[in-house]
Amino acid sequence: MTTADALVSAEAAAGTTPVAHRTDVRPPLPPSDIERGRRGPSTIRHGLTLAWRGVIKTIHSPEALIDVTLQPVIFLLLFVYVFGGAIAGNTTDYLQFALPGVLVQTVVFASAGTGVGLAEDLHTGIFDRFRSLPISRSAPLVGAIMADLVRYLTSGVIMLVLGVILGFRMHTGPLAVLAAMGLVMVFAFALCWVFTALAMLVRQPRSVQGIGAMIMLPLTFGSNVFVPSSSMPGWLQAFVDVNPVSKVADAVRGLLTGGPVAGPATTSLIAAAVIVAVFAPIAVTLYRKRA
Amino acid sequence: MDTVIHVEGLEKSFGATKALAGVDLTARRGTVLGLLGPNGSGKTTTVRVLATLLRPDAGRATVLGHDVVAAPAAVRARIGLTGQYAAVDEALSGTDNLILIARLLDMPRRAARTRAAELIERFGLTDAATRRVRTYSGGMRRRLDLAASLIGRPDVLFLDEPTTGLDPRHRNEVLDQVRALAADGVTVLLTTQYLEEADQLADDLVVIDTGRVIASGTPASLKAEVGGQRLHVRPLHRTDIPAASAILAGLAGETPVVDASGELTVAAREPGLLHVAGGRFDEAGLAIAELGLRLPSLDDVFMTLTGRSTEDAEKQAGPTDQEVAA
Repeated sequence: MTTADALVSAEAAAGTTPVAHRTDVRPPLPPSDIERGRRGPSTIRHGLTLAWRGVIKTIHSPEALIDVTLQPVIFLLLFVYVFGGAIAGNTTDYLQFALPGVLVQTVVFASAGTGVGLAEDLHTGIFDRFRSLPISRSAPLVGAIMADLVRYLTSGVIMLVLGVILGFRMHTGPLAVLAAMGLVMVFAFALCWVFTALAMLVRQPRSVQGIGAMIMLPLTFGSNVFVPSSSMPGWLQAFVDVNPVSKVADAVRGLLTGGPVAGPATTSLIAAAVIVAVFAPIAVTLYRKRA
Repeated sequence: MDTVIHVEGLEKSFGATKALAGVDLTARRGTVLGLLGPNGSGKTTTVRVLATLLRPDAGRATVLGHDVVAAPAAVRARIGLTGQYAAVDEALSGTDNLILIARLLDMPRRAARTRAAELIERFGLTDAATRRVRTYSGGMRRRLDLAASLIGRPDVLFLDEPTTGLDPRHRNEVLDQVRALAADGVTVLLTTQYLEEADQLADDLVVIDTGRVIASGTPASLKAEVGGQRLHVRPLHRTDIPAASAILAGLAGETPVVDASGELTVAAREPGLLHVAGGRFDEAGLAIAELGLRLPSLDDVFMTLTGRSTEDAEKQAGPTDQEVAA
């Protein structure tokens, strides 16, 4: 199947035939933003078309693929075999502790890629093309984020599979594992708005990458992903304990290996909602203003 | 409705930089309107306003009767845009790029594929159709970009310096395509800093400088405004330039302008100047490489209108359109 076929048939599979859509799907936008093209508003349909562009792009660009495949694999192997023994006494126990967190860390890293990709698009002029088409102005953003959710999911699945190969044992059911993946996706979705806003603000792909790393590194290492917070100084513990990444890692641990879930999961979801509520409007406003 | 693009008193500032300071222009159906000016003169800003990418601070612009601010969607449905940077996706193949745009224009998938194949062939990209754009040459990208802006059969096409960075062969290909489109009834607004390109292609010309229209009309009327023919002489040996200059000055009553290539130019007010000058050069024993009469070039037009060369204007303009808009 060619990519063109994939592009076309994936939309068909998603039930996005134009006729079905025009009547029952309306973009979640205020009326002033609904811009009618030749066949009415269609953020979702165009978003999906653009999401397929994003997915094909990832498949075709080795560096984007490495971001979501090789890099997390290297991370996991490094941490488990280099630091694992020192932190947890042996690598098996450490894997059991670290894998759920590394899952979170992986998508946090991948979500920064959303910002870099968008900043690149801004520079190639392809956004100008999109913006000069009779499609909703937010379709390119929605498309990019949908495509990246596919990337995050790929990353997540790779980590989980690798973990199992290395000896990670899940003590819960398939539903809990799905819930864990779902939670990670929700959190990644929220974070990618941060990097989208960043991309719209600084616009240079390299700056996005640099600033993105400055946000990601403290957020992931300053959490309980790799090391339990009990070994850290008090001031750091205070940060680690409120860091949403810690909460998500806790919830995912609970969902994969057993333990408390409700508390950390609720906190994680609230954190995700707050992040979206703050950064999505900033990102969309900056995107619209950029011209 | 004969007027397709109508712009009145358009103003736009970026911070302290006034990119447009009251631009007026009109384009008639099926014609090519050349928007001519040096870098930073406001060409790109004008196109971006017309393509609904940028809101003007003041003034009014309509495309096919639709106001670009009040009814951007109606405008977008009828226009095609090719910017200075090829707006195509490097990671996708040429065909996929075109299908992507077609699908975004709500074409059914079969129609999208047919249209993509049609344009791929028309722009001579058949051999590269399934290759990723990353592997394309600059000329191929430009052609794909132009093809992408034609997917929806636009009535109005905006081409922002469509030939920048192309070698002469590809440049001519693009220009031929533009001519063919205009012949099909498409209204084209083309910005360029290549003066001869505007001369070749445009039915009407608007010359802008620092965000203001400084002249408009047909290429011929602009040339007429600037004055009559000019006599160009290039002595074979550079050492003969002073002697040739003295002869010309005596005949034409003004000191010739000498350019970097060693060519002397003087206004040819007397009809017989060419012959007389030729005779004098012979008598003086000067070897002449080139001698002839020419209509003023658009460079001459710009020089006459602004008192500056296009290069000086660029230096003066400070940040270019793209830098401001980016």
